[in-house]
Amino acid sequence: MADIFMPSDEAELAGFVEAAKAGNYPLEVCGFRSKREAGRPVNPAAVVSTAKLSGITFYEPGELVISAKAGTPLHEVEAALARKNQELPFEPADLSRIYGTDPLAASLGSVAAMNISGPRRILRGAARDYLLGIRAINGEGSAIKSGGRVMKNVTGVDLVKGLCGSWGTLAVLTELTLKVLPKAQEARTIFFLGLSDEAGVGVMSEAMGTPYEVSGTIHLHGSLVSRLNDAEITQTNAPVTALRLEGDPQSVVYRMEKLRRELAPFGDTYDLDHQRSLSFWGDIRSLTFLSANFGRPLWRITVAPSKAAQIVRALSAFFDLSAAYEWSGGLIWLETPSSSEASVTELRRVLAEFEADSMLMRAPRSVRSSIEVFHPLPLTKMKLVQAIKKAFDPAGVLNPGRMYAGV
Amino acid sequence: MSSIQLAKADASVLGRREQILNGLSRALRSNAVICDEAGLRAFETDALTAYRSMPLAVVLPRTTAEVSRIVKFCSENNVKVVARGAGTSLSGGALPAGDAVVIGLSRMNRVLDVNFLDRTATVEAGITNLGISSAVAHGRFFYAPDPSSQLACTIGGNIAMNSGGAHCLKYGVTANNVLKVKMVLMNGEVAELGGDYLDPQGYDLLGLAVGSEGQFGIVTEVTVRILRQPEGVRPMLIGFPSTESAGACVASIIADGLIPVAIEFMDKPAIHVCENFAKAGYPMDVEAMLIVEVEGSESEIEDQIGRITEIASRFDPKTLRVSQSEQEAAAIWKGRKSAFGAIGRISDYYCMDGVIPLGKLAEVLKQVQEVGEKYKLRVANIFHAGDGNLHPLILYNANDEREKATAEECGAELLKLCVDAGGCLTGEHGVGIEKRDLMGYQYSEADLLQQMRVKAAFDPQWLLNFGKVFPLDLQNRFAAEAAKNHG
Repeated sequence: MADIFMPSDEAELAGFVEAAKAGNYPLEVCGFRSKREAGRPVNPAAVVSTAKLSGITFYEPGELVISAKAGTPLHEVEAALARKNQELPFEPADLSRIYGTDPLAASLGSVAAMNISGPRRILRGAARDYLLGIRAINGEGSAIKSGGRVMKNVTGVDLVKGLCGSWGTLAVLTELTLKVLPKAQEARTIFFLGLSDEAGVGVMSEAMGTPYEVSGTIHLHGSLVSRLNDAEITQTNAPVTALRLEGDPQSVVYRMEKLRRELAPFGDTYDLDHQRSLSFWGDIRSLTFLSANFGRPLWRITVAPSKAAQIVRALSAFFDLSAAYEWSGGLIWLETPSSSEASVTELRRVLAEFEADSMLMRAPRSVRSSIEVFHPLPLTKMKLVQAIKKAFDPAGVLNPGRMYAGV
Repeated sequence: MSSIQLAKADASVLGRREQILNGLSRALRSNAVICDEAGLRAFETDALTAYRSMPLAVVLPRTTAEVSRIVKFCSENNVKVVARGAGTSLSGGALPAGDAVVIGLSRMNRVLDVNFLDRTATVEAGITNLGISSAVAHGRFFYAPDPSSQLACTIGGNIAMNSGGAHCLKYGVTANNVLKVKMVLMNGEVAELGGDYLDPQGYDLLGLAVGSEGQFGIVTEVTVRILRQPEGVRPMLIGFPSTESAGACVASIIADGLIPVAIEFMDKPAIHVCENFAKAGYPMDVEAMLIVEVEGSESEIEDQIGRITEIASRFDPKTLRVSQSEQEAAAIWKGRKSAFGAIGRISDYYCMDGVIPLGKLAEVLKQVQEVGEKYKLRVANIFHAGDGNLHPLILYNANDEREKATAEECGAELLKLCVDAGGCLTGEHGVGIEKRDLMGYQYSEADLLQQMRVKAAFDPQWLLNFGKVFPLDLQNRFAAEAAKNHG
């Protein structure tokens, strides 16, 4: 295995990338490698890690802004925010369970590089929406910056958005600035038991269409419920549909009542108090409901919520699957028994009918080498993607092939 | 005013005008091509009226296919293109050029789909910003970003500039509220950027395209997120004895963990002009005023107003008034939203758009005043204080060439002040031609070259909205290289 180079500053990193470009050898770009088994495998000549680019460089709670180097562990950032009663509003999902890695090993850089958001995304926005500024080294070995520390910024091309979610294929992130928000004092949950997928998605969509600021929605197949930690819920073994409300205690109680009344036609509801809500949504955030078995393929599908249940029903005809619907149905986690090439082709054929976007989040290396992990792109878009890659990394040295073959 | 250099028109294109007009007519129905002087005159400027330039021709397509045929023709004939919505850009983003064809999207203004369950609306790019909210109001939904020009400005223009507005403090700007666009690329191909729902994986081409100031492609269709209207909203007015105390109050509200829907700031000159115009009941005896709007249920509103009142009381407010009726609330906002127009009635003005960190608000406001005094120009301040987005309005006489030049110098100094304070040149109006030559103050050459290479990935010939955003010498360099590659 290639040695891991851990530069201790931007200049050293820039020199390393420049040398790779000059020598025309591919680099694997990583933080702590906690998501190494995501995406297509890279066959690098060398590995460069941001692990030593670490530490919070700026935090102004009064301005709701924090900056940290890319290799800063996410938990360090979250702990610093928690001390000031603040949080990352997009509540990044913890992927350690699905990849079998240490939960403490996620870097802030990986959250930006993969645009990872969690349950609260549905109300507050994604990682990409809270990323105000970026510093990075592009494939030429040049230090670039975009955005800054202010809330509004339309000065020039928004490279922050371009780099967020680019999986280290365009530039190596070195420092990030994020907008943060005050932590809610109170969290409560309303849940339904035994709803069909259609009704579950219906409840979530209805709830998101109210003015009550629902900050998390999930509908879980009964087969996934047993993996949760809330003993009372797991005992039911029934599909669970849950809605979270957060804010000042008085306001949360008021909105709970209103919401319960509006959703009464969908059936009986149950409540989780503050503590149980924290634990339940902690489980959702860390994807506790998904299998930890690395051999089990896992799909991430995004689609218009009104089509979500239909998709899963259509796929059920071909696969013995379990599904979890987040983001009011717009995000589906799908566990399938097999990831053979034929099954992937079949699955993607069905998804295409619903204009869904799919990503194979987890599968053995051999599968991820042979099939498209990211949703296949129409030619017009693929040409744009290739042109963007070339604009940042003309020699193709940064994580080549991680997202798409040849990119 | 002519201190900003406009890109030189390509004589070879001007010489082919007849041939180009014929080609455009073939791509469209004939009455959709405007080429007579009187017709073109209507398009010679945008809301940065100090700069004017007659376009080669204007076309008004009705379909994406027509747009595709036009740009393909322009690309094949090496003709520049400027996309235009309602022409409300304050930075000269829609300013035509003598060798460019203006593609006006105003006839593409239909609502294509409203889906309350998915909370999305799909519209054509030429619909007005307010038109979207109107189209979904019957379901008690709205489209959140609300630029002051929302009655006139188009969603296509909003996407070009990544427009903000007063209520972005809570709901975010255009980029945070758009799911998908249909974009015609210069080769005539049509790309869908984004997806039907949140966060499809892959490069965020949509995120790159929003705010690209018409330099990446022509957006013809847009899917936006729509939100349910809140149960109630209520603005309050707070008057202060100094601009500094108003600024400090804003910072305290945010630091206290309150996120109102909007916090708008007006200083004394602005208050007086707006009050005379809108009769909103603004306090005339204060140095600065905040409009703070909160929303939610009755009790949530009361709770938030109570907390804001408590915070404001630390800053010696001279007046504090909570709106008591819908009419009063409407009047309060009418004054704010018509502010630029109201000031335009008493003087020419040059509107700045810098952003600063909130903690520097009081300090920078003082410096803004000092810079105005240095140039002997009056400066009125009306802006989105909650997110630090300043709008100093420099009042000047447009008929006095010297004063115009001084106003521009003053503006540049104010923007540099924002960058020095840790902020940026523009928060929502865009760079356009106006701030193009200041880009080097905020960005290094490496930063700018990277942005320009991304632009070239979308438009390798450099035909779209040429002469805007990037320093002219850098653009000419890229364009010359492109010409070499494209023969």
